[in-house]
Amino acid sequence: MAENLKSTVLRSTHEALGARMVEFAGWFMPVQYEGLKEEHAAVRADVGLFDVSHMGEIRVRGPKSLETLQWLTTNDVSKLKAGDAQYSLFPNEQGGLVDDLFVYCMKPGEDYLLCVNASNSDKDFAHMLKHNRGADITNESERWGQIAIQGPKAIELTSRVLSPEVAAMVRSTHKTFKFEGADVIVARTGYTGEDGVEVFVPTEKTVSLWNTLLEKGRDLGVKPIGLGARDTLRTEAKYSLYGHEIDDSSNAYEAGLGWVVKPAAKDFLSKAKIVAVKEAGLKRKLVGIQLQERGIPREGYVLTSFDNEEIGRITSGTMSPTSGASIGIAYVATRFAELGTEFNVDIRGRKARAKVVPTPFVKIGLSKG
Amino acid sequence: MSYALPEDFYYTKDHEWAQVDENIVTIGVTEFAQEQLGEVVYVELPEEGQKVNQGESFGVVESVKAASDLYAPVSGTVIEVNTALMEDPGSLNDDPMNDGWLIRIEMDSEKELANLVRAPEYRKMITEKKA
Repeated sequence: MAENLKSTVLRSTHEALGARMVEFAGWFMPVQYEGLKEEHAAVRADVGLFDVSHMGEIRVRGPKSLETLQWLTTNDVSKLKAGDAQYSLFPNEQGGLVDDLFVYCMKPGEDYLLCVNASNSDKDFAHMLKHNRGADITNESERWGQIAIQGPKAIELTSRVLSPEVAAMVRSTHKTFKFEGADVIVARTGYTGEDGVEVFVPTEKTVSLWNTLLEKGRDLGVKPIGLGARDTLRTEAKYSLYGHEIDDSSNAYEAGLGWVVKPAAKDFLSKAKIVAVKEAGLKRKLVGIQLQERGIPREGYVLTSFDNEEIGRITSGTMSPTSGASIGIAYVATRFAELGTEFNVDIRGRKARAKVVPTPFVKIGLSKG
Repeated sequence: MSYALPEDFYYTKDHEWAQVDENIVTIGVTEFAQEQLGEVVYVELPEEGQKVNQGESFGVVESVKAASDLYAPVSGTVIEVNTALMEDPGSLNDDPMNDGWLIRIEMDSEKELANLVRAPEYRKMITEKKA
């Protein structure tokens, strides 16, 4: 085992639960406990707990906090009231993406908490300092543990453990509650496509909160969930994962994230470059595909038209634990991006027919309609 | 965790096993391999009559998470394929040393067996890997 891997405070708890631990983004994390399929199903049907303490937390404070965040992110931070949560992007100087993130407004114009990807946390912090417009920016990642509680019974479980008021919270808001005397921030957000919350809890209370949730949720069927199911759950929901669907060369519009880019509302880093790609007409789009024959699409596999022209590439793929279908997320040339369009995926030299399908790939808790 | 590793089998560093019966070799993956793979959902195997070469990929086993190549312990010609695995890939997890076997081949040369390891050495290899 590499010596320099970081561990969350829950490491020995995971090991005691029988988790298989792996390296992920410089962290020693549980990839699965009893099995990916069981864990995946528990989140779709009941409730699961995820240790996401490896995620980065960055605090932005002071009278220049709003101005700084408006410049650094693509979404309109001025819209946020205290208690709002907002999905957003950090553009880089070339018009690509440094990271995707959540902005939690603690006090408008004065205090914001940002949650960023573990793998990008140090890079993000340096990037923010470089483009800071006078805010007080601190990396609070060491201070916070984070537990995601996700699934149809997640709100019931969180209400039991923290406060009945959790049930009244609306999607994309956050609220602070007490747990064993400490402030914990509960956000009604998630990365599974199911209802649920993500809880920021001080490091020293993280193990206790985890154990309390497992204990109080026993009759609800709560299970600890590893990174394996975290990935299949977000893939079924077609949520982007940095390093796969998006990276430092991605355009937000091509990635289907235009809904968090607000060029009319404000100026931000690389705005002209990002918007220019859209105005020139998008050359490629991120779509959901499903294989029409045997095989599983995997990241990096090439898509070809029936004329054998290369038209795209898979960014994430798996067998859907919910439906059993072979599903993938892929960038594809815009003229092949319409629903129902067919082409081939090159699976280790074999051509397998695939089709553009609606997403989310399966019925999930947050599906519209 | 201890694994059932028959003393009369041969093993590869890529975690395949080979059971040799004169010039007929049955090939599968070890208990350790199935554990590392996680739940197997798809298996791609060669067809009867196809040639396989020692150390080269002859198929793929996929879990939900990832695709992993299968490497031939010895060279030869495929004479039988465990087609039941196509219908029920999970049996590779349940019983990798028996019902989860992959292919049976007619071995070209038993000299190649010298490149494989036996149970005690393989056990040592996976113990070190786990530590």
